[in-house]
Amino acid sequence: MLDLNNVSYDTMIPNNVGLSQDRRVLKALEKWHPGYINWWNDLIPQNFQESLVYLRTAVSVDPKGWAKFDYVKMPEYRWGILLAPAVEDRRIPCGEHAGQPAWQEVPGEYRAMLRRLIVIQGDTEPASVEQQRFLGKTAPSLYDMRNLFQVNVEEGRHLWAMVYLLQKYFGRDGREEADGLLQRSSGSEEAPRMLGAFNEETPDWLSFFMFTYFTDRDGKMQLESLAQSGFDPLSRTCRFMLTEEAHHMFVGETGVGRTIQRTCEAMNEAGITDPYEIDKVRALGVIDLPTIQKKLNLHYTLSLDLFGGEVSTNAANAFNAGIKGRYMENRIEDDHKLTGATYPVSEVAGDVIRVADAPALTAINMRLRDDYTRDAAGGVGRWNKIISKAGIDFELKLPHEGFHRQIGVFAGVPVTPEGRVISAEEWEAKRAEWLPTRADGDFIQSLMVPTFETGKYAGWIAPPKVGIDNKPGDFEYVKLHMA
Amino acid sequence: MTKRIDFQTDPSKYRHWRVEYDGPVAHLYMDVDEKGGLFDGYELKLNSYDLGVDIELSDVVQRMRFEHPEVGAVVMRSGKDKVFCAGANIRMLGGAAHAHKVNFCKFTNETRNTYEAAGAESGQSYICAVRGACAGGGYELALACDHIILTDDGSSSVALPEVPLLAVLPGTGGLTRVTDKRKMRRDLADVFCAMEEGVRGQRAKEWRLVDEVVKNSQFDQTVAERAAEFAARNNRPANAEGIALPPLERSFAEDGSVSYSLVEVSMDRDAGVATVTIKGPDTPPPANTGELHAQGAQGWALRAARELDDAILHLRLNETEAGVIVLRTQGDPAAVAAHEAFLLAHRDFWLANEILLYWKRLLKRIDVTSRTLTAMVEHGSCFAGMLAELIFAADRSYMMEDEFEGDNRPTATVTLTEGNFGPYPMGNELTRLQTRFLGTPEAVEAARERIGEPLEASDASDLGLVTFAFDDIDWEDEIRIFLEERASFSPDALTGMEANLRFAGPETMETRIFGRLTAWQNWIFQRPNAVGEDGALQRYGTGQRGAFDMRRV
Repeated sequence: MLDLNNVSYDTMIPNNVGLSQDRRVLKALEKWHPGYINWWNDLIPQNFQESLVYLRTAVSVDPKGWAKFDYVKMPEYRWGILLAPAVEDRRIPCGEHAGQPAWQEVPGEYRAMLRRLIVIQGDTEPASVEQQRFLGKTAPSLYDMRNLFQVNVEEGRHLWAMVYLLQKYFGRDGREEADGLLQRSSGSEEAPRMLGAFNEETPDWLSFFMFTYFTDRDGKMQLESLAQSGFDPLSRTCRFMLTEEAHHMFVGETGVGRTIQRTCEAMNEAGITDPYEIDKVRALGVIDLPTIQKKLNLHYTLSLDLFGGEVSTNAANAFNAGIKGRYMENRIEDDHKLTGATYPVSEVAGDVIRVADAPALTAINMRLRDDYTRDAAGGVGRWNKIISKAGIDFELKLPHEGFHRQIGVFAGVPVTPEGRVISAEEWEAKRAEWLPTRADGDFIQSLMVPTFETGKYAGWIAPPKVGIDNKPGDFEYVKLHMA
Repeated sequence: MTKRIDFQTDPSKYRHWRVEYDGPVAHLYMDVDEKGGLFDGYELKLNSYDLGVDIELSDVVQRMRFEHPEVGAVVMRSGKDKVFCAGANIRMLGGAAHAHKVNFCKFTNETRNTYEAAGAESGQSYICAVRGACAGGGYELALACDHIILTDDGSSSVALPEVPLLAVLPGTGGLTRVTDKRKMRRDLADVFCAMEEGVRGQRAKEWRLVDEVVKNSQFDQTVAERAAEFAARNNRPANAEGIALPPLERSFAEDGSVSYSLVEVSMDRDAGVATVTIKGPDTPPPANTGELHAQGAQGWALRAARELDDAILHLRLNETEAGVIVLRTQGDPAAVAAHEAFLLAHRDFWLANEILLYWKRLLKRIDVTSRTLTAMVEHGSCFAGMLAELIFAADRSYMMEDEFEGDNRPTATVTLTEGNFGPYPMGNELTRLQTRFLGTPEAVEAARERIGEPLEASDASDLGLVTFAFDDIDWEDEIRIFLEERASFSPDALTGMEANLRFAGPETMETRIFGRLTAWQNWIFQRPNAVGEDGALQRYGTGQRGAFDMRRV
């Protein structure tokens, strides 16, 4: 009898999918494993590979106690394959097959579509590790370094999760796609990652925090909608990934929050009340609030692009097929088929932005993006509380959906962060007010000096209120190997 | 769709293509303007195309031949980042009338054939440099090139996803070229044509879908090397100077008639008849190739070809109810023969050769024009050489015999030339006379012996060159009765009948594309499984799948 809640360690690959009894898939995964280890070893700088990192490892899929914390060398991390427990008599939640029993095997007619979705999701997981590969060297504390590595190993595990699905359910093509996930590489000229945003380097820690807050949240929304898939193994995989993903967004939200906290403290200590006295604030060795707004503008808008076109045939097909649902599909009260329904979608007519009803099926991306925006607004509110508590008159805002977009109806349309269409010249002239400039980047970069002493934090960021696993902030989260 | 579709364009008007000339190599970028569709109701996303995009490509290809003889290699690639070309625009196809779809496919096929032939005919080779998704009609663009290079970046692929995605066929030669040109194994072709996502990397090479797969970092360099190699095969002199193709002089009358300098189209919309009259040359042929070059697009043979070409395309797309096209000529047959003889004698001069090749393409275009083609060999006509080919392209021909009362024009004749025995083969690679006399090859020889003779009706009739010869007494009635009878038949049945009778003899890739593939595609385009309210083409983009009637027919 399989214990599907607890993780089996009897194969090279920890799992709760009975891998030791599935020789075909086990063989495929073991064949893939060395390539993965090579990828990991080539990626992370050697002295970090040798260091002992206080990481959590999933040992169960029981929501009450799924992880244990301990010191691990990253290459020895047990990347496992973990599916959330099966829901009894689960049904396909949406589309033309809504109400039929969920698929336990890949339906032939949707094989290509499913595979494509899994490959795109899988491609983003290792990409972010690649984008963040050099950040360890400039970590503002051991606590932050540990969080970075935790995010990295879990993105690695998410890659495993997708590879498992490919190898288990998609035959030879699936194995080839699994290999392809290791061949493509972020920013590579030879074989770049599939989505543009995942080919940009993450150059500094504020970018990392913004990325984990905004871009990983896109990942969360995608996982949420795949968790609603009628293909049950995908649904279960994504449901478990979401429990890990929450930590990534926590890292992002608290990282940005601690940066803001430190800036506000430094301003108060120096008696600066005007947040726009940028040079004075920067002279304190902290990141001024207007620059943080610019970074927010950049990362938020790049993340909006990841949702694809507002009106999308692919999204419509996937929903109608029942292989990708909406956010919280099971809590929405409608017919879950949407054949006659509409959904408001923005469009640009000349210099007017207006809203028109589009067939709800084709507007699936738009809806998910709206859910994302609501979700992302929460943390921004909490950041603003930090600022107002410090008595500083400044408010961070999410820019208008049309601002700085490369994909969809607003692609290339010069829209201000407030949502006004202006001339391209005017927009370019204002660009430096809205988006980080090279000089802003250089300034942030100048603050990125490593702080590797236990319990110490770089001057531009506040310590966390509480540490990880109820440990204090001065816990030795990484035992650095300094060969 | 009431607006007139114009086949005339020039580089200053392009919205979708741009060409950069670099000595013997031309770089052709497909960069479709999303908002530049020919009609409302769709956006040309992902470098997808409609007829307007293809009209520009056709213009590029034609100008390349005449304006840029120095170019030996044309590198076709995408001007967009992540996509090569997604093929014909589906929303356009979903919204278009059946006749428009068919004419669109026919024209795109002709354009593909034209640049496909340019390498062998003129040493002007097309190289396709594929980066990004290359699907459906996009891959068909590539298939018509002489050489396909695919980057190995882990995601660029070639695909023919029409069957699984849209429930139609790749309608621009895709299926045929995969097996006939690229000689892909038929079972692998079955796999390839049933998959949405296509094939990338080395497998694309192993399956013969592309000629080479190169590392992304070496892509540009390899493309440049290959372009230089192909450019070296140009059989025109490197210093050859092109001639300009200025806009055609033409005017449109309210009744649908069109006047060019050498071609007149008169429309009788009530009767469903378009009469096309071509004027012969009123000047002697050029004295030498220098004069031919100096005349450029004003020379008779090229000017007549351009005007006739435009007239035929105009009738196809804009006058769909003109079921009968009457082909007439007026002028001096000896002068036509002399102009043609000059070109044939100077085939080693690139421009003379290009003009003859253009006539070859034009006559093929007439062959596949799905209207009843009728040649009227009247008094005063000049059916000689390339113009006599019109008689053999027609479904039937009528010739005036003896004197007509009150008609003082020279007696009707047909003049055969060397041109009728080789330079303008049909798609089946036979001459029109060989095809005509498939069962009596000796008739071709008998005709050949009469080269240069102005053959009057009885001789032409005896030789089997015309269908009917009528004298003054019968002519008018016979023609009237024929036209009235023709107008009463089902246009569909006529199209099918004529297309079947025109292409006797061997099958070639070209006849397979225009015959089998097009016929199947047009059948599928009519079926509810594709175009019914719940068909795949109508539902494409809504998220809902097509509902199929699963009975095989």
